[in-house]
Amino acid sequence: MIRERYLNALTLALFVAIPFWAITADEPFTITLMTRAVVFAIAAVGLNIALGLGGLVSLGHAVFFGLGGYAMGILAYHAQNYTPLTEWPFLIEGTKSMPLIWLVAVIVSSLAALVIGILSLRTAGVYFIMITLAFGQMFFFFAISWAEYGGEDGLSIYVRNGFPGLNTLDPIQFYGLCLGLLCLVLLFAWRLSGSPFGLALNAARQVPVRVETAGLDPVRLKLVAFVVSGAITGLAGALFADLNRFVSPTMFSWQTSGEIMIFIIIGGVGRLFGPVVGALVFVALEHWLGALSDFWHIYLGLLLLVIVLFGKGGLIGMLCGREAVHD
Amino acid sequence: MSLILLIEQVLNGLQFGIMLFLMAAGLTLIFGVMGLINLAHGSLYMIGAFCAAAVAAATGSFLLGLVAALAGAAIAGALVELLVIRRLYTKDHLDQVLATFALILIFSEGTRWIFGSFPLFLDVPDFLSGPVTLPGGIEYPLYRLALIAVGLAVALGLWLLISRTRLGVQIRAGENDREMIAALGIDIARLYTIVFALGAALAGLAGALVGAIQSVQVGMGEPVLILAFVVIVIGGIGSIKGALVGAILVGLTDTLGGIFLPEILKLFLDPSTATSVGSSLASMAIYILMAAVLILRPAGLFGARA
Repeated sequence: MIRERYLNALTLALFVAIPFWAITADEPFTITLMTRAVVFAIAAVGLNIALGLGGLVSLGHAVFFGLGGYAMGILAYHAQNYTPLTEWPFLIEGTKSMPLIWLVAVIVSSLAALVIGILSLRTAGVYFIMITLAFGQMFFFFAISWAEYGGEDGLSIYVRNGFPGLNTLDPIQFYGLCLGLLCLVLLFAWRLSGSPFGLALNAARQVPVRVETAGLDPVRLKLVAFVVSGAITGLAGALFADLNRFVSPTMFSWQTSGEIMIFIIIGGVGRLFGPVVGALVFVALEHWLGALSDFWHIYLGLLLLVIVLFGKGGLIGMLCGREAVHD
Repeated sequence: MSLILLIEQVLNGLQFGIMLFLMAAGLTLIFGVMGLINLAHGSLYMIGAFCAAAVAAATGSFLLGLVAALAGAAIAGALVELLVIRRLYTKDHLDQVLATFALILIFSEGTRWIFGSFPLFLDVPDFLSGPVTLPGGIEYPLYRLALIAVGLAVALGLWLLISRTRLGVQIRAGENDREMIAALGIDIARLYTIVFALGAALAGLAGALVGAIQSVQVGMGEPVLILAFVVIVIGGIGSIKGALVGAILVGLTDTLGGIFLPEILKLFLDPSTATSVGSSLASMAIYILMAAVLILRPAGLFGARA
């Protein structure tokens, strides 16, 4: 058994070493793949706050991923066409600045998470799963029918948005930016899980009645977790859109929700680095198995079945044993 | 906007709702008896449609296709229950979601492997093709009327099965107290396999029937699956009656919303805005309906437990 801390350090080292190798070996596509893994990891760290810590099985996190993506798409679309977003009640213009776009993405996805959370948390268990899934579909169909922003075809952004002091068109600089954000998000998730709020949330997942007796409202704790979780996934959505310079309703699709969940399961539910390991393994599988066979989803499905049925705790659980907070 | 159009659309909505009921009934039965959330139910719908299309193309008989759909989906359901689902009853919902999501990946890609990416077509049989004239001079496709009739017959049969037969007694007992009926000497594992295969057969039937008016392709099951989830959330999980009422509500809301919302908005807005806002709103209408039901009754219209 390896200590989980060493495995985490090794994972981070891989995220630094692989791109360095890619630069020296002149393999820019590897950097793009790694950026994809980092962005997926951020989205999954977000979901893991709701899922691992709060026990909320949300099958609708694509909503926030998509909202982040469309926040970027719409702002950049207006900026590249020099058209205002709206002129009433006051003039709002598009922007090509990443920090502003991230801010909008986070605000919009938190608001959506608040509304969806308030409605969905009236229920629990299977109802919660189905309702979050249904809200995901609602946004998906809305995006398809919203012809002003590309409808089914989505929006293309010609030039990647800018970040002060960096040349984001250079793959390695954009990668570094995303990796920096992932580290910040991981730090935040780690601090959160050890904070009084995180401990209360952990307890609310396991024995809600006791938390209530202690004078805390478990539903409110879960709602806050859901909003924080949605905000982080929204940030990942904005980065994903910038990586591809393209947004489409696919970002809202229920398969996207399922995939974000798969990252966590492959790595390990409730583990700090579970989503990170899972996203890296998923992108590697997608790349290698995808090159071997057009039908690589069959193998992904089989792997997932094996992990769910026999390997409780994901890859980290298999390598490090069961010592994490997940019950 | 005439009365004839209104009646036509109501019939369309009814037909859509009845097909949703066939899906939702299986889902709600499986959840009620086994406590299992089955995302792969849409795959069984797809399997039914593919079996029907393949057999109908080989034999030229639509009815043989329907039999193949029922049998194919039921066999697939029983196999999946024996191999995978059986291990999930004691696991939490997250594991159930993931394992059945994995099954979707396997079924969808497997079907694509066997049949290719191009859609198959299933023709409406001759004896059900063409329109009929309803009282009041309304011309309506006979096949869609037949779908409504078949669906209602299945609903009646299901009700009789559950309220009047020995198997139905066991199913109802299984919903209430599975340990007790196991102690009374009922083979609970066999009962679960039967219920799962029954739900699968209903999904397969729906897939085959709808396959004749839409194309039969990989991925056809999931949109219907999610609508069926909306249906059982509205109706209340575990309730067949709730599934029927919820399905018809969803079918009518979706169909009528798509036609009438743009028309209603045209009274207030200019036509092009009204059309785009109306169609956006219409695509969200059933989810708004679901949110409204949740606010008023979190356990659904006929749900006993949350």
